[in-house]
Amino acid sequence: MVTQSITPPSFGDERASQRLAPGFLLANRYLIQEVIGSGGMGSVYRARDMHFPNVPRLVAVKEMINTSPDPLVRQTIVQNFEREANILATLNHPSIPKIYDYFSFENRSYLILEYIHGKDLEAIINETPGFLPEEQVLHWAIQLCDVLAYLHNHKPDPIIFRDMKPSNIMINLSGDVVLVDFGIARTFQVGQKGTMIGTEGYSPPEQYRGEATPLADIYALGATLHHALTRRDPRLEPPFSFSERPIRKINPSVSPELEAVINTALEYEPAKRYQSAEAMKEALLNVARKTGALSRLPTAATISSSAIKPLWTFKCEDEIRASPILYQGKVFIGSYDYNLYALDAINGSFVWKYPTEGGVVTRPAVYENEIFFGSEDGNLYVLNVRTGRLLWTYSTNGPVRSSPRIAEELVVFGSDDHRLYVLSIPHSRALWTFSAADAIRSTPLIAQERIYVGCESGDFYCLDLRGELKWRQQARRAITASPILVGQALYFPSLDGMLYAMEARTGWMLWRFRMAKGSITTPANAENLIFVGSADSHLYAVDIRTGREAWRFRTEHQVSGSPTVYKDAVYFGSADGMFYCLDARNGRLRWQFQTGGPITSAPLIYDDIVYIGSADHILYALLA
Amino acid sequence: MFNFLRKWFSRKTPEAEVETRPLSPEEIQVSHQMAPLPRREIGQLVAACSQSIGRQRELNEDSLLAFTSTIAGNKSNSAFGLYIVADGMGGHQFGEVASNLAVRVVASTILRKLFTSFLDVNPKAPDQSLREIIEQAFAEAQRIIQREAPGSGTTLTVAVVIEQQVTVGHVGDSRAYLLHPGGHHEVMTRDHSLVKRLEELGHITPEEAASYPNRNVLYRAVGQGDSVDADIYTFSLAPTDYLMLCSDGLWGVVPDEKIARIVRESGTLDQACQRLVDAANEAGGPDNISVILVRWVE
Repeated sequence: MVTQSITPPSFGDERASQRLAPGFLLANRYLIQEVIGSGGMGSVYRARDMHFPNVPRLVAVKEMINTSPDPLVRQTIVQNFEREANILATLNHPSIPKIYDYFSFENRSYLILEYIHGKDLEAIINETPGFLPEEQVLHWAIQLCDVLAYLHNHKPDPIIFRDMKPSNIMINLSGDVVLVDFGIARTFQVGQKGTMIGTEGYSPPEQYRGEATPLADIYALGATLHHALTRRDPRLEPPFSFSERPIRKINPSVSPELEAVINTALEYEPAKRYQSAEAMKEALLNVARKTGALSRLPTAATISSSAIKPLWTFKCEDEIRASPILYQGKVFIGSYDYNLYALDAINGSFVWKYPTEGGVVTRPAVYENEIFFGSEDGNLYVLNVRTGRLLWTYSTNGPVRSSPRIAEELVVFGSDDHRLYVLSIPHSRALWTFSAADAIRSTPLIAQERIYVGCESGDFYCLDLRGELKWRQQARRAITASPILVGQALYFPSLDGMLYAMEARTGWMLWRFRMAKGSITTPANAENLIFVGSADSHLYAVDIRTGREAWRFRTEHQVSGSPTVYKDAVYFGSADGMFYCLDARNGRLRWQFQTGGPITSAPLIYDDIVYIGSADHILYALLA
Repeated sequence: MFNFLRKWFSRKTPEAEVETRPLSPEEIQVSHQMAPLPRREIGQLVAACSQSIGRQRELNEDSLLAFTSTIAGNKSNSAFGLYIVADGMGGHQFGEVASNLAVRVVASTILRKLFTSFLDVNPKAPDQSLREIIEQAFAEAQRIIQREAPGSGTTLTVAVVIEQQVTVGHVGDSRAYLLHPGGHHEVMTRDHSLVKRLEELGHITPEEAASYPNRNVLYRAVGQGDSVDADIYTFSLAPTDYLMLCSDGLWGVVPDEKIARIVRESGTLDQACQRLVDAANEAGGPDNISVILVRWVE
């Protein structure tokens, strides 16, 4: 064989720079076209075999770069690579790629393999919207049993594939499977911190103990089929937890028969699995014969919304976009009809109302018998809470859509005139104002001697009580929601589609959670979950410690009403007009209630009664 | 300890004022801890660490790093800490190289991305989240280990502390603990070990787990597999809590209750670390021992 020196890798330590460039002629024969995969120790390329100049014959070039400084380690790695080549050279099966050549240069070794036109199963799972059809998966499963049976019956010694997983299964242009990557040949040492073989998530328990038998491949095939049918990647789940994710619970369109076969393959005890790939294939063929007769089971019915009767309702003259508060037996609610209403909390009867010159979209606040609320007429109003008589007002130069918050004799609120106002309640005047980059519609949070508030510019500000800016962070789009503080961390979403978690004193971002669309809802917290609604029509529950989704609940329209937690449930309304009550731990629907218009405000829940306003002009009192 | 306290406070009687013998460090520390100290102007992190090869191994495959910083001034105060424990896997497979690489690569990635922005003329929080930065640091460690010591692997437990907020990145079976007052403690990480998984599944009892033959087998380690998926958790550190990072040379040998008691009863953090290592060695020292203790004081 004509050898040819390979361009030495550049001294930059990026792996990319060590890759063979397109156009490179390897071993004077294989013209590199592009990288089609990369692993821990090298890349896989598509190349053209130039010994066939008149036909474009493509090959896969699998490269292994041995960078270990230790000669013993280097030798072991080369031996493993050779073992893969030797195994492949003895095999002849339509689902196994043919090997054409094997050679090494300096610290690089190469396998030249049949090029498989197609896509790997992992990519197919990820790129398919929804679930793969059962018949499709069944077809591949039967072929995989075939090739496993071929390997396991290999003479003189059975070959254990050991690394069955979607990314090692290619689906060629005819829709048939080809197993790739016979690279695992690591042995297992007992008594030391163990090495691993196989891929976490797909391997059976005994493989972690160093036992690799045909039954291990059967388990991994079961794991692969589970992944393909449920789209739940087992590498992201605890090992051996398939029984905690029953296939039909995630994908009810799968037949119970196929689920049963996969469950048998995934038995924890090897003795309870299919004892050969042939036996599993037979079981799969039986499923294929039967499934045509199966019809889908209906999904569980939820409590119908008509079953719930409000305790009382109160109708305003325009939409309700604000959230209510309760104080001394009265419910206070603003409406787009310009009024703030005081209602009897027991029966919803009218007590008083106060007319402003603009829509009232803010949630009022009460301090020592005075009630504070803002109006789109630009004023903050302060009334006697019992009589509804005006005590004083404070004017800003823009609509007030940010709800007032009160702490330490201060009332704090924002205005569309770009300012944050901090008023002294005893003196009825501004102590200071803060100029923001744009309108402030976010409701400020006052905690730990700091004021936290978002801005329509996407800025988020932390000020001390004297008005000095302590830190500032920036989202890509507006922050209309109000932050909440849990422990030492702040949580708030933005219209940029992120839910942010920030360390409260420094503004350092702990994690961010991506939603499909933006959010203007103030989050709620229960135990280790943060709940937030999104314009992508979901309510999300995000794990406070990891920043990862715990569950999500889909409504029919944008969720712009902030969620509220009460006892072990989360309550919220959606622009689909429905008010929902979900189990906070798992997001299961407990009940729902249909209103006559979109819900964009947060509910108030007190003494097992939910108060929620809707764009249908009505404030509802429902039993929680 | 309460007997001791009683002794100490009873010494505050007139006859104790006559006695003038110097106090031991322990006495000073306990009085210091228990007295309602005036609130400090600045909150800060304090930390100590200790390490031992143990009594049965010839090689130390553990690596650790402890980095504590306080910046205080007129404008603002900030505390930052970075603590790492890594326990390399298996004998001739260069576990000590892997653990050392992991510690260095993670520390340099995190300090470069996070700490330097602390020192900026106009300090501004990084635009990446801590979670993303820690994920990158683990990916970088994975890459470097696969390049420099292929086939080897290491556990890796990293705690980034900003003020009182702890964010832990974790792979393997080293652990992060929160030790609360009164002896109550929480393990904040989940071991990626076969034995722990079998225990979680109810296939073996905790008692069986303690003597399970393949206790050291991990199903996730940095350097092993195609990619590394770190568990990342964030939680806050109360002034009454201790944050502890350790390798299994400590937690696998000294019962949790004893660990908590030793920490509570030690005067200072470095004393506590030394006593923990001593306790593991007294119990046979079968493995390398690494421990880091961190507190928030204000």
